[in-house]
Amino acid sequence: MQLTNRKVVVSNKVQSFAERLYLPAIAKGMIITASHLFKKSPTINYPEEKRPIAPVYRGLHVLKLDENGAERCTSCGMCAVACPAEAITMTSGERKKGEENLYREEKYAATYEINMLRCIFCGLCEEACPKEAIFLTDRLVDVEFERNDFIYGKDKLVEKVNERIDVTPRQTPEVLEFKKIPGLKHNELFDPKKLNKGHH
Amino acid sequence: MKVTIDGIEIDVPKGTTILQAARMIGPEVAPPTMCYYSSLKTSGGYCRTCIVKVTQGSTANPTPMPKPVASCRTEVMDGMVVENTINKDVLEARKGVVEFLLMNHPLDCPICDQAGECHLQDLGYEHGAANTRYEFPRREFERIDIGKYVQLHMTRCIMCFRCVKVAEQLTDNRVHGVMHRGDAAEISTYIENVIENDFSGNVIDVCPVGALTDKTFRFKSRVWFTKPVDASCDCKKCSGKVRLWLKGADVLRVTARKDMWGEAEAFICNECRFERKNTADWKIEGPSPIHRSSVISQNHYTHLNELKVQVMKQQKALGFMDINKRP
Repeated sequence: MQLTNRKVVVSNKVQSFAERLYLPAIAKGMIITASHLFKKSPTINYPEEKRPIAPVYRGLHVLKLDENGAERCTSCGMCAVACPAEAITMTSGERKKGEENLYREEKYAATYEINMLRCIFCGLCEEACPKEAIFLTDRLVDVEFERNDFIYGKDKLVEKVNERIDVTPRQTPEVLEFKKIPGLKHNELFDPKKLNKGHH
Repeated sequence: MKVTIDGIEIDVPKGTTILQAARMIGPEVAPPTMCYYSSLKTSGGYCRTCIVKVTQGSTANPTPMPKPVASCRTEVMDGMVVENTINKDVLEARKGVVEFLLMNHPLDCPICDQAGECHLQDLGYEHGAANTRYEFPRREFERIDIGKYVQLHMTRCIMCFRCVKVAEQLTDNRVHGVMHRGDAAEISTYIENVIENDFSGNVIDVCPVGALTDKTFRFKSRVWFTKPVDASCDCKKCSGKVRLWLKGADVLRVTARKDMWGEAEAFICNECRFERKNTADWKIEGPSPIHRSSVISQNHYTHLNELKVQVMKQQKALGFMDINKRP
């Protein structure tokens, strides 16, 4: 099988006098070096310049808030059970009266931690999430000096109310089409006014 | 009496129901049940999930039964031929039953503590369609505390009557029951009366969905992050044979041991269930048998040693160094 056409057959033949002088070889090398002076530099000056990335690039996670600014995550554990690297841990809390603006449903993640050293950025958590709470974004994980600093808690993962992170490119046409199904009402907010008025 | 279920013949005593006969053959042909509970008398006959087709009534009268019948309430006749999994009509009808059961059932599995061991989840996964055709709002109720330890989410109830049967047959002085009729029916107590009985906690175990849940376990952990072990204690009130659900060394929850049909092997008392939340209170017998395909066995590497032996065998065949002798 031949992968490239740059194959060279190595031989042990004795070099001639001209070859042993190395002058032609040095000249050839200098030409190659000099020719690079006139070529475009391939270096990208990160972080001033950034390489273009795919719209579905999988970087640092975000825990989304809903349109009213309440946390979407209900700590259901689907992401943690889907995670092949077992990087996600969480504990649940129960929403108290008056916290409806903070948490979307009666259960919420009291703590939510992703170990970024374990995470392999496969995106299975995003796929498993039934509440569209966790998304992978195009951001990168920061460099840290301590291992503990790579365990990202809710303070780093939950998006800020006034600094929303756009994840629309991650929602494929199939997902957006799926959301239009009228039967899928489970994403609706709980409305106490509707209590016991369902039938008749 | 000889009865044939899905082409498998079995000899059963008189008075056996089709469901019991099917369970004697095995889980492959046994119809699913939501309301029938073998240890509770007069249970069954409400949910219609166990419907089967009787293609031959008996040897004496071989005419088929005109409609699918509830197998939990139909006794076998000699020479009866029953079709369950091999009959398309039965599966189609069961799909309809699942759709009916799910009609008013909220999609709050991410919140529900029963998720992972919920019979309705299993049933929906195996027999239901992915979508619902129901477009109207579902019934909604406020949560009700039944006593100190049990919480009732009426929104999730599928009216199987199992908890009522437990209260009737296991405890004295039943204080909860079914109020109203038809689609307005609900499990309730008189002015939220508490159930105070040593065995009232068993309503949690018999509930096939997350309608009756353990308040001491509420939102503590998802079941698949806990590790089930069988344990026992010398209890004066009950058999003391329980299943502990551990997270590390903490006992998060105590339940009865469930058999292959998801039914409690022995009912346990409230003291065992709610008060003994310490590993020192229990004599641990070993890990509970959980089916490999269950989400509860997810990430619990109980077969690690077997796996290691297999890996070593493969590596030896490939000429690798012994895994234990590596520097």
